Amino acid sequence: MSAVPEAGLSRKVVERASSGQRTKDLMFRLALLFSVSVGFVVLAALVLDVMIDGASRVSLDFITSFPSRISPESTGVKSALIGTIYLMVLCAVFIVPVGVATAVYLEEYANRDSRLSRLIEVNIQNLAAVPSVVYGILGLAFIVRGPLGLGPVLLAGALTLGLLVLPVVIIVSREAIRAVPSSIREGSLALGATQWQTIWKQVLPGALPGIATGVILALSRAIGETAPLLVIGAATFARFNPEGITDRFTAMPLAIFEFISDADTEFRAAGAAAIIVLLALLVVMNAGAIFLRNRYERKW
Amino acid sequence: MAERVTQEPDRQEREAQAATSAVPSAGSDGQPVALQTEAHGQKPAAGTREAIYDLDDVGVTYGSVPAVREVTFPIYQHEITALIGPSGCGKSTLIRCLNRMNDLIPAASVTGKVSYHGQNLYDDEIDPVQVRKHIGMVFQKPNPFPKTIYDNIAFGPRVLGMDGNMDEIVESALRRGALWDEVKDRLKTNAFGMSGGQQQRLCIARALATSPDVILMDEPCSALDPISTGRIEDLMLELKENYSIVIVTHNMQQAARVSDRTAFFIVDLKGEESHRIGHLVELSPTEKIFTNPDDQRTEDYVTGKFG
Ligand SMILES: Nc1ncnc2c1ncn2[C@@H]1O[C@H](COP(=O)(O)OP(=O)(O)OP(=O)(O)O)[C@@H](O)[C@H]1O
Ligand SMILES: [Mg+2]
Repeated sequence: MSAVPEAGLSRKVVERASSGQRTKDLMFRLALLFSVSVGFVVLAALVLDVMIDGASRVSLDFITSFPSRISPESTGVKSALIGTIYLMVLCAVFIVPVGVATAVYLEEYANRDSRLSRLIEVNIQNLAAVPSVVYGILGLAFIVRGPLGLGPVLLAGALTLGLLVLPVVIIVSREAIRAVPSSIREGSLALGATQWQTIWKQVLPGALPGIATGVILALSRAIGETAPLLVIGAATFARFNPEGITDRFTAMPLAIFEFISDADTEFRAAGAAAIIVLLALLVVMNAGAIFLRNRYERKW
Repeated sequence: MAERVTQEPDRQEREAQAATSAVPSAGSDGQPVALQTEAHGQKPAAGTREAIYDLDDVGVTYGSVPAVREVTFPIYQHEITALIGPSGCGKSTLIRCLNRMNDLIPAASVTGKVSYHGQNLYDDEIDPVQVRKHIGMVFQKPNPFPKTIYDNIAFGPRVLGMDGNMDEIVESALRRGALWDEVKDRLKTNAFGMSGGQQQRLCIARALATSPDVILMDEPCSALDPISTGRIEDLMLELKENYSIVIVTHNMQQAARVSDRTAFFIVDLKGEESHRIGHLVELSPTEKIFTNPDDQRTEDYVTGKFG
């Protein structure tokens, strides 16, 4: 150490100051990393746990068999999977036109400064944050019973889930429509196109990738919902497939609920397997959304 | 309402033409006639130049802030009229009155009369969509649609329901836009893959495809290199045989090279309230503006002494 010359000392001082800076930087980064890992580790642990319990039960038989109350080995999720797919399609048929039309109205026609449209806007934001069970109650009161009186059937389930995710679809569609630059609208209108032609032939095609992504994400939220379907009285156990939109039905989250709450722990493995099936469906849908976004998203 | 835009001027037009030509004019049976039918007619004989636009005391206000005031001047057929002046004097605002593009800005309100072939474009019964069918516009920034080159051109004719062979319409528009040779082998590729200059010529060709009567251009060359600019200027000189052109430009040489008449606007943004509104200083034949203008401020501006 004695060999270190005088100059070394002063250099040390400079270094120490910067290393303090570096420690701070490092700590900050660690804190961020920790936050990221909390979410990630928890998710990974959950998935791993489910995999360990259920992976061996996932098979073609599992998804093509009706559930059974007595035999945990031969039980399946056929009716639930079909119910979920029907729900998804019906829900899309409902939310795409209504959601996109609302978004077009709010973005292209409504006077943004009017009280009415601001009220609508705030309401939509708030509706997106309403707990799903409340939508279940709404569905029960207005769709299953009450004015529509459909009973706990497929259509009622799809409408209830549709109402639940409609705010999300509207918000995402509005953003996609807003992302179409106004120079495109001007170019179209300057050629003598009407506002409707401009929207239909320029704005909507330009916004389509964004809208489609939003719709897929909304649907993937809808098919994972349990509470509203329970509240409206959908079946948790069904040894039949729905054949029309006015048939009773069950769905994947309800099947999972049923398996897991069975007193016989043998059914837990089937529950885990059903979770894997539902997760796989969600992963496929989200991958589809990401693909759409990357493939068709335009950089104007 | 479309008919009022189209019929009135036609009648005047026809009377004027009847004296100079024997060409039978369409629509003499009282059918509504689109304006474009006469736009491609023969050039008016010298001395019978027609004013297509007559601006009378036009003013535009954004909200409560006036942008231009008291603009009165005519715009003649088969001429290039240049609008020049310092930034903020209301050139874009004014040119957007000529095809009612200002309607898209909710805050903008227009006073005075913008007569087009004798019909005030701001009359209540006028449909702005009909106006824009006859008056094309090219913007400062090229704004091709995110579609193929072909579909960019075909969009206008399709929405207007023009009949005829679409391939021919597209080819003829691209030829008139001096772009055909460059793109004829890639009509089905996306227009975003073109250079800026090509995109701007595509936008011009797109405006031509619907056979408008007038073409409005707001700084069409400001984003282009000198070669592309030169091509567009050549193009404008060719186009004025059949169309009337109004161009906003910051490029004095450009105004001097292409335009027949130049309108000089001014604004004094630092001055007292009433001077902060853009207004017309003078409109004269371009040669006069650049060599011997009536107003001292015009001379100062075109010689680069201010602005
Ligand atoms: N959409 C708008 N809302 C409010 N004010 C506007 C709007 N557009 C223009 N103005 C104002 O109107 C005045 C004239 O603007 P305009 O764009 O017509 O000028 P310009 O002559 O085209 O300028 P430049 O040469 O920079 O393009 C300016 O003071 C501008 O701030
Ligand atoms: Mg401008």
